[in-house]
Amino acid sequence: MPHSTTTDELEIIISGGGPKAPGGGGSGDGGDGSSGGSGSALPQRVYVTGITIGMGAILMFFMALVSAFIVRKGMGNDWRAFEIPRVLWLNTAILLASSGTMIYARRLFKRGDQKGFRHWWAMTTILGLLFLAGQLIAWRQMVASGFYLATNPSSSFFYVLTAAHGAHLLGGIFALIYVGWLRLRKLTIETATEVAALYWHFMDGLWVFLFLLLLLGR
Amino acid sequence: MSAHAGPVHHAEAPKGWIRHYIFSVDHKIIGTQYILLGLSAVTIGMILSLIMRTHLVWPNAHIWGFANGIVSPEDYLRVVTMHGTLMVFFVLTTVPQSGFGNYFLPIQIGAPDMAFPRINMLSFWFTFLAMIVLLSSAFVPGGASISGWTSYAPLSAVGEVAGPGLGMGQTLWVVSIALFCGASLMSALNFLGTTIDLRAKGLSLMRMPLTVWGWFITACLALLAFGVLLAACVLLLLDRLAATSFFIPANLDVSGVLLHHGGGSPLLWQHLFWFFGHPEVYIAILPGMGIISHVLSTFSRKPVFGYKAMVYSLTAIGFLSFTVWGHHMFISGMNPFSALAFSIITLVIGVPSAIKTFNWLGTLWGGRIHFTAAMLFAIGFVSLFVTGGLSGIFLAQPALDLYLHDTYYVIGHFHLIMGVAAIFAMFAATYYWFPKMFGHHMSETLGKVHFWCTFVGVYCIFMPMHYLGYAGDPRRYASIESVNYLIPLHPVHYFISIAAFFTASAQLLFYWNFFWSIKHGKPAERNPWHGTTLEWSVSTPVPHDNFAGHYPTIYRGPYEYSVPGMRDDYVPQDLAPELVAKA
Repeated sequence: MPHSTTTDELEIIISGGGPKAPGGGGSGDGGDGSSGGSGSALPQRVYVTGITIGMGAILMFFMALVSAFIVRKGMGNDWRAFEIPRVLWLNTAILLASSGTMIYARRLFKRGDQKGFRHWWAMTTILGLLFLAGQLIAWRQMVASGFYLATNPSSSFFYVLTAAHGAHLLGGIFALIYVGWLRLRKLTIETATEVAALYWHFMDGLWVFLFLLLLLGR
Repeated sequence: MSAHAGPVHHAEAPKGWIRHYIFSVDHKIIGTQYILLGLSAVTIGMILSLIMRTHLVWPNAHIWGFANGIVSPEDYLRVVTMHGTLMVFFVLTTVPQSGFGNYFLPIQIGAPDMAFPRINMLSFWFTFLAMIVLLSSAFVPGGASISGWTSYAPLSAVGEVAGPGLGMGQTLWVVSIALFCGASLMSALNFLGTTIDLRAKGLSLMRMPLTVWGWFITACLALLAFGVLLAACVLLLLDRLAATSFFIPANLDVSGVLLHHGGGSPLLWQHLFWFFGHPEVYIAILPGMGIISHVLSTFSRKPVFGYKAMVYSLTAIGFLSFTVWGHHMFISGMNPFSALAFSIITLVIGVPSAIKTFNWLGTLWGGRIHFTAAMLFAIGFVSLFVTGGLSGIFLAQPALDLYLHDTYYVIGHFHLIMGVAAIFAMFAATYYWFPKMFGHHMSETLGKVHFWCTFVGVYCIFMPMHYLGYAGDPRRYASIESVNYLIPLHPVHYFISIAAFFTASAQLLFYWNFFWSIKHGKPAERNPWHGTTLEWSVSTPVPHDNFAGHYPTIYRGPYEYSVPGMRDDYVPQDLAPELVAKA
C-alpha cells in the first residue's frame, strides 16, 4: 500500500489483542476472542464494529420517528397531504449517484490509484453537499406552498425527518472530508474508507426509505 | 505493525491533574466519576423521598427550601418528578452499567481500555451536563416540572398553561433527558464494541464472567431503547417550542384555556416512552443480575449453577423486554385483546426470571458460604427480586391492574424489584470491588450492620405499600388528610415514614464507611476474596493500561471454584494449566 498506516499511541492502547500473549501465543484453546494473525487486525476491526452498532442506534431513532408518523397519521383526522417538492426526485438521484461514485472511489483505492481515489472521493463529497443544498431548496418549496413546520402533522413530519436525516448526512460529509483530506490518527486509510462508506451507503438507503415513506404516506 | 511487536503499551497515565482526574479517558477514572455522580444523585433523591414522607404524615412541618417552609401540592409533584428522574436515570441507569461496568468490563475481558476512550469521556460529560440541566430546572421561574418521570403528554407538551413547572422547568427536563439519551447511546456503543472486539485471547463468549454478560445485554437494550426516547424527546420539544401537534389533541381545554392545536395523540407519547421505558427497567436491573451471580459464586465457593442457562435467560429477558411496553398502559383504554397479548408476554418474562432465581439458589445450595457484607447484599437482592417479582405477576393482569395501577401497590412493586434490588446490587458491587478500586477494605462490621438495617428498613417501607394499594390509596397524592376513606390508613403511612427515616439514617453508615475507608481502611491484597476473574489477577491499584503490558490468556471459564483435585479452592481464569497446583 502506498499509503502509510499512521498510528499513534492510542491505537496501541486499543490493540489489546494480537502480539501480547505472555506464554507463547499458539495455544489456541477454543477462544474466539482474537484472530491470531496480524496485530493490526484487531484494533481496526473495532471501528467497523463501532459504526455498525452506531447505525443500529440511528436506525432505531428513525424507526421511532417513522412509527410516530404512521400512528399519528392513523390516529388523527387532521392529516392534510402536501405536494411533494419536485426537487426531491433530483436529490434522491444525486444521493444514489454519490453512493455509486463512492463505490468507484473505493475500487480505485483498492487498485492503488491514489489520484483517482481522491478525485472520486471528492466527487462523492460534492454530491453529498449538493444533496443537502437540494434539501434546503425542498424546504423553500414547501414554504412556498404554504406548509410550515407547524402547519399540519404531515408537514411537521416532513421537516423533522428531512432535518434529522440531513443532520446525520452532514456528519457523513464531515467523515468524508476527514478521511479524504485530514491526517488520520488511529484508523488506517483502508478502515477509514470502509467505515465512511458503510455509513454513507446507510444514509443513502435510509433516505430512499424516508423518501418512499413521504411520497406514499404523505 | 512490526514496530509494535511484543508488549508495547501505553503504560503512562497522563501527567496533569485535570487530564488525569477530570477530563480523563481512562475507563477506571470515568467509572469512578460515574459512581460519584450517581452517589450525589442518590443522595439528593433520597432527601427528596424523605421530604415526601415527611409531608405526607406531618403536612404542617416546616421544610427548608420551600415557600414559607410549606410543601404545596405543586411542590410535592415537583419532588416526585425530581426523585423519579434522578433515581431512574442518574442512579439506576448510571451506576451499575456506566459506573461499575466502565471500571471492570475492560479489566474482566483483558482489554487495556474501552474501545473508544474519547467517546467514553464524552458520554460521561454528557451525563454530567444532563444532570446539571435537570437540577437547574428547580431554580427557573415556575420551578421544576410536575409531570413525573414519565412526563405524560399532553400536559407535558402544552407549556406553562398546564401548571407551574410546565414552562421552562419542563423544557429543561426534556433537554436533560435528550442529553442523557445521547450519553447512553455513546456509552452503549463503547460497551458493545469493547466486548465484541477487545476480549483477551481465549476468552470465548461462554467464558465471559456473568457481569460482562449483564453489561453486554444491557448495552444492547440501551442502544435500541434510548434512540427511541431521543426521538420522543425531539417531538415533545417541538410540540412545546415550535407549535407542532404530535402529542396535543384538538380543542384541548387546559385550565379554561382552549388550545389551538391539531389532533395529536397523547397515547403516542406513552407508546414511545414505554417502548423505551420497559427496556429501561431491565437496563437498571440486568447489570445487577450479573453482579449478583458473580458475588454469589465467589462467596459460595461454587461455580454459578447453570452458567449457560444464566446467559440464555439474561438474553431472553433482554429480548422480551422490548415486547411488553403495553403493560404500562393497561388503563389507557387500549383494546382488551392488545392488553391480553401484552399480559401474556409479560407473564412469560416470569420464566427466565424464575430460571435465574432458581440458579442463584442452586449456586448457594451446598456451598461453603462466606457471609461477607457483599454476600449479604447479594442474598438480599435475591430476596427483593422474588418479593418484587411476585407482585409483578398481579400487576401483569389487566383486570387487576385497572384497580391497582394508580395506587401505592405499584410504588411498592417497582421500588422493590427495580429500585431497591438494583441498589442492593450496587452495594454488593461496592463492598466486593472496593478493595480493588481503592486498595483498602471497607469495614465488614459496619457493612453488615448497614445491610441488616437497610434490609429490614426497605421491607418495612415497601411491604405496607402493597397493603395501601389494595386499600385503594392513590399514588402521587400530596395529601392523605383530605380524603375520608384514607384516614384509617394513616397509621400505616406513619409507620412507613418512620421506616424511611430509619433506613435513610442507616445509609450514613455507608457514607462514613465508604469515604473513611478510601484512605484508612484495612489495606487490601491483590485478591482478597480469592476470586477467579481477571480483575483479581491485576495488581492493586490497577495500572493505567490494566495489565502493565502483560496481557492475559484465558484458559478456562470464570467460576472455577472448589474444583476437585486442586490445591486451592479457586483457579484463576488466566492461570496456565501447567501452573495449576494439584492437591
